[in-house]
Amino acid sequence: MSLYSFGLEPLSCHAWNKDRTQIAVSPNNNVVHIYQGSQGKEWIKIHELTEHSGRITGIDWAPESNRIVTCASDRNAYVWTLKDGVWKPTLVLVRINRAATCVKWSPLENKFALGSGAKLISVCYFEKENDWWLSKHIKKPINSTVLSLDWHPNNMLLAAGSADLHCRIFSAYIKDIEDRPGPTPWGSKMPFGEVLLEHKECGGWVHSVSFSPSGDTLAWVSHNSAIGVADATQGKEVTQLTTGHLPLLSVLYVCETEIVAAGHDCCPYQFSYKGLGCLEFVKKVDIPKQTSKGNMSAMQHFRNLDKKATIEDEDTGLGCLHQNSITQLCLLEGGKEKVEKFSSVGLDGAMVVWEFKH
Amino acid sequence: MAKNTLSSRFRKVDIDEFDENQFVDDHDEAADQQGPDAAEADNLIRQGDMMAALHVALRNPPINSKNPAIKERAQTVVLRVLTSFRSSDIESAVKSLDKNGVDLLMKYIYRGFEKPTDNSSAILLQWHEKAFAVGGLGSIVRVMTARKTV
Repeated sequence: MSLYSFGLEPLSCHAWNKDRTQIAVSPNNNVVHIYQGSQGKEWIKIHELTEHSGRITGIDWAPESNRIVTCASDRNAYVWTLKDGVWKPTLVLVRINRAATCVKWSPLENKFALGSGAKLISVCYFEKENDWWLSKHIKKPINSTVLSLDWHPNNMLLAAGSADLHCRIFSAYIKDIEDRPGPTPWGSKMPFGEVLLEHKECGGWVHSVSFSPSGDTLAWVSHNSAIGVADATQGKEVTQLTTGHLPLLSVLYVCETEIVAAGHDCCPYQFSYKGLGCLEFVKKVDIPKQTSKGNMSAMQHFRNLDKKATIEDEDTGLGCLHQNSITQLCLLEGGKEKVEKFSSVGLDGAMVVWEFKH
Repeated sequence: MAKNTLSSRFRKVDIDEFDENQFVDDHDEAADQQGPDAAEADNLIRQGDMMAALHVALRNPPINSKNPAIKERAQTVVLRVLTSFRSSDIESAVKSLDKNGVDLLMKYIYRGFEKPTDNSSAILLQWHEKAFAVGGLGSIVRVMTARKTV
């Protein structure tokens, strides 16, 4: 595990390029910084993307087509393409009247989905004739802000977690740009906007959703400190596990049965889903800090007593790598089926690379 | 000149009623959620079987009910059971509950905190400490986020 601190500002979101030599982060303001480097060494800022006027809420970097999509609280989204070493923005007409909250490229990168506070999801695709990005809206039956999105590997289904305590799977099939999808365990009739799963009892705002590598199960974390999994192969039955930790904010599948989630407890946890009713906590993915209790000289003793009114060598930091809530987890190495490394960013301005042993 | 001669009745209108986009919770009214059986709980307390009294009190929580009287009644039954426990027995009682039971107990504890009586707060704090040791911060978060309160 390695930690790199990008400063003192919280990192709202991050995204990696294809070979993981560049990272795009936003330090809780309206600018996206792109850093070049490699893990374990220094990261050098090479670009600053400054088109947004509101706080950036989502960044996603498409690995194959090398395009970045950003969305912000100014109700806009931009698609950035690299031309002659400079990132050029293209405005996307998302037609929302509230802030955008999250954005994700689809697996084939021909469209992306944008969640917003306007209680709708905007699925955007590129129209070649007019050379601009168009959007189609999914409105019903969303009743509140869309907090998180994830695409199914088949490029058609979209999972959305929202603040109306529901977790849903929609069809985002756009007939103008792609062929009809085949049937999936979630359903076979898939016109645009069709609801294939609607789970009502998530218990709290659904902060993050994630499809498994095969797309047959969907995991989500909600604000009532619970994690839930819906299984398409078992008739879309839902298994929920309530935890004794603070609410989790981000969830990621590291292989078909293992799930990693992190949130306000500042450290990632591993869960395992082996079938209906078998969702359980495995372990904390963190090495506790080695407390170095060296020999304290008498001078140290008195100095501590004078400064801190105690002779104990107290460390006020948390016993884990991140010192504040983790806001986002991202796959780093290994591919969806077997994630070897994943990264996390948090409110402490640090980015940590975690290794996962299967 | 100082008195407003126009009607100010418009100030008492609840405009949220007329908002079409207002968020409405899914209500499912369950008629059989009458709250725990007060008589049975009382019997068990008198007999001294505290564990059974606790389990009886935590049965049938009026979670889906919108009737405040039922909720009040349930709260009084549970509070009576909780206060008649001896401090040394609290820990084993909490350990005998399952996960959902601990969450439900936390809900009742916080409900009890809302209206403190003479000695209820002290005993509730002891219950809180033991329930927290088992349920963790998650059980407290679930009390805050639950839309259907006990």
